[in-house]
Formats: sequence, structure tokens, C-alpha cells
Amino acid sequence: MAADKVDPIHQFHITKILPINVGHYDVSFTNSSLFMAMTVIAATAFLILATSGRSMVPNRWQLVAEMSYSFVANTLRDAAGKAGMKFFPMVFSLFMFVLVANLLGMIPYFFTITSHIIVTFCLAMLVISTVVIYGIWKHGFHFFGLFVPSGVPAALVPLVTMIEVISFLSRPISLSVRLFANMLAGHITLKVFAGFVVTLSAAGVAGMAGAVLPLAMAVALTALEFLVAFLQAYVFTVLTCMYLNDAIHPGH
Amino acid sequence: MVERPTDASPGGPGSSKDDEEELARRLERLGESLETRRAAEEAENRKGRSSGFAQATKVASEFVAGVIVGAGIGWGIDKAAGTSPWALIVFLLLGFAAGVLNVLRSEGVVADAGARLREAEPKETRRPDRDGDRPAP
Repeated sequence: MAADKVDPIHQFHITKILPINVGHYDVSFTNSSLFMAMTVIAATAFLILATSGRSMVPNRWQLVAEMSYSFVANTLRDAAGKAGMKFFPMVFSLFMFVLVANLLGMIPYFFTITSHIIVTFCLAMLVISTVVIYGIWKHGFHFFGLFVPSGVPAALVPLVTMIEVISFLSRPISLSVRLFANMLAGHITLKVFAGFVVTLSAAGVAGMAGAVLPLAMAVALTALEFLVAFLQAYVFTVLTCMYLNDAIHPGH
Repeated sequence: MVERPTDASPGGPGSSKDDEEELARRLERLGESLETRRAAEEAENRKGRSSGFAQATKVASEFVAGVIVGAGIGWGIDKAAGTSPWALIVFLLLGFAAGVLNVLRSEGVVADAGARLREAEPKETRRPDRDGDRPAP
């Protein structure tokens, strides 16, 4: 355990809790799976319990649940219009999942699932596949008009279209990298500064005095991390809404 | 503030009427300053909502994503068609362009593909429900 203290990456290790193999595939139940399940249970339990009262004058919990509902609903309506509200269940689930996962990750000794790029990439792919499938189903071939800007000289159209396609394909990557990088960097920084405190305070009285500085930094970073946890969930939601808007109104 | 005498009320003494006007003026000023402050804050929020670090990751991820996708497509074409390394070179350059486009778009310098098309459209008035104001990412 003493060696773990100085290894800021150790917190991201995947450990198998229940090894399962299906054919050649390793589908073990890992600590990541455990925390995903915990995230879903926590979010569901929170929303169900908070809204079970259904009082006209909401208590604190119900207020928080209603606020998160209307917050996401407003974001979606602003970005994608009324037609976007049919995606509300998906967007709200994504928001709650990312937010609860980020916040659970702030509890000491908990695993942060959003600090693994494959998790955020899967979430981003879910969004982008929804956009593409819905866009093509709703608008057919017109959906690809998204890639052909108007008012461009004919000679440049293939080039610009190519760049637009690459730009579109890079969306899931930038969407997932942003969430993942923020969570990963934040948790590593937190760990490094906390590690300074331990290392310095082991070096006698002068070290103890010096350890006050990284300790203060760690406290400040914790506050910042809570902000980032919320902010990144919000950013993910806003971008999801904007991409859905492209599927709903590709502008043919 | 509960009872508010009209301006023309003859019974009111001069001093109270002055107070009333003074209060109204101050309220108006407060409203104005609140309004400008709110607008400024909103603009601020829209531009740099978050810390510099969040801004940095945003721009970096947008740019890097473009380059990675370009390189990936080029590499895939090379692999499939055996044209190595030409497709990789061409698509890497296109990826750089797409990355720059992503960054400019996320900063709101260049309009979104969808938004631009929608702006070009209204002369046909196909979708009056769209007003095209989208919050910056």
C-alpha cells in the first residue's frame, strides 16, 4: 500500500472481481463494471426515491431531481428545439450517468469509470450512432447534405466535403477525449499533490511545515474537481444536444 | 411599495413625491445595471465558461481528434489498397484541416455545417420554427 501512494496511475487499474470467459472473449465482472452498476443504481435510486413523495411543494431531494430534469430539458430544447424532446430520455440518462459516475469518482477509494477512454468513447459512439441512424432514417439521403456546404466553388466541393466528413467523424473522439482527459488529469493531479503531503511530512518537522502548501492545494483541487465533474457532464450533454440537432434539422 | 400613489395625486406632499421619483429612478438604474451585468455575464459564460484548463482540453481534443481520424482513414485506405504511404499523407493533411476547422467551430469563429445550411435556407421558409441560436459548445 505504501508503494501505491506514490503511483498516481494505480487508481485506474482494472481488477477482475468475477472472471467470466465466453468463448475467447473476456467478459469478466471488473471493478469498472461494479462502479458502472453502482452508478446506474445510485442514479435510479436517487430519482425514484426523490420523486416518490410527489408533493406539490417539493422537499429538498425532490427539488434536486426536478432541477436536474428541467435543466436537461431546457438544454435540449435550446439546442435542438421542440422536436429534440423525443430524445429527452436518452439525453437525461446520459447526463445522469456521466454526472453520477463523475461524482462517485470523487469519493476516496472509489473507481472513476469516466477516466477510461473506452467508457467515454462508447458513450460518444452511442450518441453519434443515434445521430447518424436517426438522421438517415428521418431524412434519407438529404442527411448527407450536412457534409456539402453551399456556396463553395465546384472545384473545391470534393475537398471541402472530405474535410467536413473527417470533422464529423472526429466528433465522437473529441467528445470522449474531453470527458476522459478532464477526469484523468484531475484525478492524477489530486493524487500527485496528496502524495507530496505524505512524502514531505515523512521528512521531519521542516517537511511537515512544507506539507501545508500541497495540502492546501489538494483541498482547492478537490473543490475544483467537483466543479469539473459537473461541468464535464454538462458539456457532454450540450454537445449531445447539438449533434442531435444536426440529425433533426440537417438543413437540406 | 405596497401602495403606490399616482403621479398626479394632488394630496401628496412634495417631499414624498420626490422620494417616489427618486426611488423610481434608482430602481430603473438598478434594473439597467442588472441587465448589462447579466448580458455581460452571459457573454462571458458563452465565451469562456470554465477554467483555462477546460478550455485547453476542449481545443486540444478538437484538434487532435481531427488529426487522428484523418490519419486513421489514410492508414486504413493504405492498408486496403496497398498505396502506402500516399493515402496516409493526403488524409493526414486533410485531418489537420479538419482539426483546425473543429477548433474554429468550437470557438464559434466558423458557423456549424448545419447552422450555415439553415441560415442559407430561410428564403424558402421551410422551417420557421428554427431560429438558429445555439449555445456555443
